[in-house]
Amino acid sequence: MNFFLTIIVDGLIQASWLFIVALGLTLVFGVLKILNIAHGSFYAIGAYVAATVVTLVAAHRLPPSVGFVAMLFAVALIAAAVGLLLERGLLKMFYGRDEVVLLLVTYAVFLILEDVTKLIWGVNPIYATQPYELFGNLEFAGLYYVGYDLVLIPISAAIGFAIWFGLNRTIMGKIVLAVIHNEEMSVSMGVRVNRVYAFAFAFGVLLAALAGALTAPKISMQPGLSSDVIILSFAIVVIGGLGSVEGAAVGAILVGLARAASVHLMPQAELFMIYLIMAGVLLFRPEGLFKRETARRI
Amino acid sequence: MNRLSRARRAVTLASAAAISLALAAPASAQETFKLGIVTFLSGPAADSFGVPARNGGTFVIDQLNKGGAPSPYEKVGFGGMKIEPIIIDENGGATKQVQELRNLYQRDNVDAVLGYISSGDCLAVAPIAEELKKMLVLMDCGTPRIFEEGKYNYVFRTAAHATMDNVGLIRYMKAKNVKMETLSAINQDYAWGQDSRADFVAAAGQLYPNAKLVTDLLPKFGAGQYGTEISALVSAGSDVVYSSLWGGDLQSFILQASPRGLPKRSQLVFSAADHVLPPLGDKMPDGTIIGARGAYGLMSQKSPLNDWFFKGYEGANGVYPVQAAYRMTQAILGLKAAVEKAMAKNGGKKPSTDELVAAMTGLEWQTPGGLVQMKLADGHQAIQSIGFGRTKYNPDLKRVDLVDIQYFPAECVNPPPGVKSLDWIRGGMQGAKCN
Repeated sequence: MNFFLTIIVDGLIQASWLFIVALGLTLVFGVLKILNIAHGSFYAIGAYVAATVVTLVAAHRLPPSVGFVAMLFAVALIAAAVGLLLERGLLKMFYGRDEVVLLLVTYAVFLILEDVTKLIWGVNPIYATQPYELFGNLEFAGLYYVGYDLVLIPISAAIGFAIWFGLNRTIMGKIVLAVIHNEEMSVSMGVRVNRVYAFAFAFGVLLAALAGALTAPKISMQPGLSSDVIILSFAIVVIGGLGSVEGAAVGAILVGLARAASVHLMPQAELFMIYLIMAGVLLFRPEGLFKRETARRI
Repeated sequence: MNRLSRARRAVTLASAAAISLALAAPASAQETFKLGIVTFLSGPAADSFGVPARNGGTFVIDQLNKGGAPSPYEKVGFGGMKIEPIIIDENGGATKQVQELRNLYQRDNVDAVLGYISSGDCLAVAPIAEELKKMLVLMDCGTPRIFEEGKYNYVFRTAAHATMDNVGLIRYMKAKNVKMETLSAINQDYAWGQDSRADFVAAAGQLYPNAKLVTDLLPKFGAGQYGTEISALVSAGSDVVYSSLWGGDLQSFILQASPRGLPKRSQLVFSAADHVLPPLGDKMPDGTIIGARGAYGLMSQKSPLNDWFFKGYEGANGVYPVQAAYRMTQAILGLKAAVEKAMAKNGGKKPSTDELVAAMTGLEWQTPGGLVQMKLADGHQAIQSIGFGRTKYNPDLKRVDLVDIQYFPAECVNPPPGVKSLDWIRGGMQGAKCN
């Protein structure tokens, strides 16, 4: 029994931060129809910014809780600014072009940001673990878990619920949904689509960076951080359905559990399992688990 | 013979003598030795290995060019020739490195190339140097396959291969009575991780024949998050957890494993972890058994040569030298010894590649990390001694010290000539000289 509980807890911890990254990716695709390759770079930037802020706070001998809060605020501010700047300064010039062009533009942004992070933070691994000790350790299913890891589960659930609520129960959310479903009709109804685009992209960037910040205290940041994340988050949104919040949640949990089960039961198949699930879903539901099939407009 | 023809003959003879003397003249002070150096300046291996190797190389070359190294390396540069380094980034993959190597030999006209950390790069570039008949000194890569699966005349490796790290580690554990009835392993899923794991498990099979491998994890390179792996390792509760992880991956693993009690439940043994001690500091659990791929860094033994290198490097870089810096240094000193040996034979001329190859084959030389002997692969592969120790944080110096250090002679932890490493281990490590 404990064995299966361990797999579930490990899977949920893994799913928690992956869900936040995938949520940003799926939101940007839902609204802007952009497959944002640079999404992993925003995760990396969030992680690096968080580490810098935590280190600064620790240098001033302030408690780790201050570092934790400060890193979240700093990352939110920087990510929102970077997101708006990129959307207004670059992406909007390519709206209306083929989706492949936008894909290539975000790939170029990914390459540029990879080097920017190296220029700013160097190639050496850096870490800032002070917030990782914030919530102590807990014994669960016969194992010690770091409280911080477990706290990530309710945090990501709260973020997911807030976004679902915001999209489905608020006026602003309904406007965003209207743009997702039919952009032309939204424009004709007086919706300022450009603002929705800018907001959605900046929010997607913010989510990626937030996930980076939340994972920063437990990892050693080094170049290459972004590419791993983008591959996993793409797998999640493909499983769940591009543009679906519920899909991102289910996809993240499936990937997290599949990975945890593989490591415990069949370590050799760890990577294979994730793509096996993805292939299985695509075989039976090419649109992903939660994406509704839409009628083709002529 | 009349006077005129005699005079002509004298002039001809004098000219011939002058020309031959000029050809045989010792290398002039203006002559340089162009040395291509290849190491990771970017990418995941840069911080842990590439940059320390570059810093070690820069320090040593600077000292040699000034004549500032201690005996027996006090002669300026290589045999009086100043060393002119051309440093290339190893990042970018084997295909790029093959092209870069050709560029170094054919465009930059270097006299020799020295470097390479990645086993994949070493395997790719060795045949190119052989094809071009140019001197290549591999300084760090670990795979035993270079000379066990190939035969080269122009290629040398001036550091022991990875078999030593794992055989030595098992011997240390046995010598220190470390209990190992059960064993778990976590290694990166690529050549280094898989080869290290195979050597360690095979060596464990010899000295701990009853040990059972419980959990065997191979996360991908650069995984960064090991929560699930740590759960599996803690659940397994084996006596020993072995790993050849390195760099940022090893740092992440330790940062995540410590608060979850893995070091308390199992004895951690890391085959190549010295380089993470300075960045981790008090985050490194006390009592962890670590290797440094040689008698390097905090495990280096006192000697005038090591004092010069350790203190000089620390002064120049603000941090003490670790394995890659030592390995670069021993490669450069080995090449210097070979150049000067060749020059002693040819009357002091700058040696040709073939003269250099002949001098390097079977060479022995002293380094900050101890004696290096080119004893394997017909004199092309080095063996050396190795040290292991346990970590203990020193709050006064604010650094991790190593205690309970034990050294193993080169011929105790390396296979004898003509035997493949894994065959030697599986055959009971016959012929090992450990006393």
